[in-house]
Amino acid sequence: MEQYLFGCRLEQDILDLDQTMEHLQQALNFTAHVAYRRGIILFVSRNRQFTHLIESMARDCGEYAHCRYWQGGLLTNANVQYGKGVRLPDLIVFLSTLNNVFQQHVAVRDAAKMNIPTVGIVDSNCNPSLLTYPVPGNDDSGPAVELYCKLFRMTINRAKDKRRQMEILYGLKSQND
Amino acid sequence: MSKMAASSGRALKSFVQGCCGCSSVILPSIARNVILQKPAVTVLARLVCTSSTLQRKNIAAAGPEKYTQEFIKKQIEEFNIGKRHLANMMGEDPETFTQEGIDRAIAYLFPSGLFEKRARPVMKHPDEIFPKQRAVQWGEDGRPFHFLFYTGKQSYYSLMHDTFGKFLDIQKYQDSMRAEGLFSQDTKQVNLIGSRWMIKEELEEILVQPISDHDCLRFIQLLERILALPYCSIEEEYIQRFRRALEVQSKKQKIEPLQYDENEVAFSIGEGRRKTATATATVRDNGSGNITVNGVDYLLYFPVLQDREQLMFPFQFLDRLGKHDMECKVTGGGRSAQAGAIRLATARALLSFITENEVESMRQAGLLTPDPRVKERQKPGQEGARRKFTWNKR
Repeated sequence: MEQYLFGCRLEQDILDLDQTMEHLQQALNFTAHVAYRRGIILFVSRNRQFTHLIESMARDCGEYAHCRYWQGGLLTNANVQYGKGVRLPDLIVFLSTLNNVFQQHVAVRDAAKMNIPTVGIVDSNCNPSLLTYPVPGNDDSGPAVELYCKLFRMTINRAKDKRRQMEILYGLKSQND
Repeated sequence: MSKMAASSGRALKSFVQGCCGCSSVILPSIARNVILQKPAVTVLARLVCTSSTLQRKNIAAAGPEKYTQEFIKKQIEEFNIGKRHLANMMGEDPETFTQEGIDRAIAYLFPSGLFEKRARPVMKHPDEIFPKQRAVQWGEDGRPFHFLFYTGKQSYYSLMHDTFGKFLDIQKYQDSMRAEGLFSQDTKQVNLIGSRWMIKEELEEILVQPISDHDCLRFIQLLERILALPYCSIEEEYIQRFRRALEVQSKKQKIEPLQYDENEVAFSIGEGRRKTATATATVRDNGSGNITVNGVDYLLYFPVLQDREQLMFPFQFLDRLGKHDMECKVTGGGRSAQAGAIRLATARALLSFITENEVESMRQAGLLTPDPRVKERQKPGQEGARRKFTWNKR
């Protein structure tokens, strides 16, 4: 995480917000493309303060959330867990990559195993190596998480509206074949 | 249906080759539900060799047989047509042919001498025969219907989410009251008397999904937290959905109505049993405490003080010692058992004379509970019920 830090003052690590902005733009762009192509987006966070907020945001977007205890084989043992022929998420967004014991969330490793791209907000105590689009940022405070929720909701809604626009414009049928 | 194909858009193909001792498998090229990329992408071809042992299917590992919706629908149609044929065969009206008629018809047409009733031929509606399958949770494009589907326990977590939403609503209401200056601690409280929280089984019934004890406990804790807030009466209706009424035990007592004999004196009859003794007691009003057992005075019939105390206990408990006359018949058992039987009989007889609160206090004192203790049987290899034979070292 040192490359993402601007510096350190009074034992507080300061993140470089210019880098954050670039990473955030790339991450949001990727999310928008996934939402445009009708992918399944799963929001994951084990921060119990923001569980309700994130779940409501996911419901409003029409996407999915998992802010609860992560059972072992949810991604790797999906056929047994959910039933045959289940469709796994096409993108996993971590609003906090750590779990309640301050270790890396199991879903990061499992998504890498199942070749699912991940977007994650990495704080200064997190490991960004397994994420495809890490975004250095604060995952603890209320205003920060509310900002991220607002941004993701805006991105996904815009991408879906654009998709609907293009379908009407070009008369494309919904891709079900 | 692989994830790989969805994100990278490549297809894996394998070629059939005649290798000695092994056969190759052609993998499905592109999954149905996956978004296709432009055909200009390069296609990787890989040779996959498997042997015949690897191709053998593990049938047991597939789990219980799954029935599709169309199959079940077809079975239901066949059942209905068969029902009409059966009705015609038996000469009854096809429109009003019930399940009992079907059972009778099958028993007549296919008589079976098998002892096991479940092995005999049966014709029932397919919903009763085929085990219920969970309806598929996702639509045609593969997107699940519920936004918490990927948690595994979607109904339980959605319930927790909604309940916490109510909690936040109450807090917001509190803040608005505080802002207006109308905040007060003494508000209408939710009435919890006479009801209990739901147990795990009842919660599972509502959610149609198995949950653990821990989950149930967490849910009850969340509800208790809501009840601790001052303005919880806003969501009272929501909370009462998860409470079940406690049965009042005293309502289960059958109280005989008072009967009146020729001299306008009120009396009541009660029966009681203890060990092998049965007693019938008649308690009369406007009396002076006379007790007659089998035609004999109680002092002569029960020489021991302990037995007489048992007789008088119901009256003493209700402070009606010298107010009633009692006449009883008792057979069987021994000295103590007869006394206990008479005590239960008098207590039951006295129920007609007293108020409901007194009935409840009598029930709590144990006067209305029949004593279930009987003599335990002797077991083989032992001398008595518990006593073993003397242990010999040699």
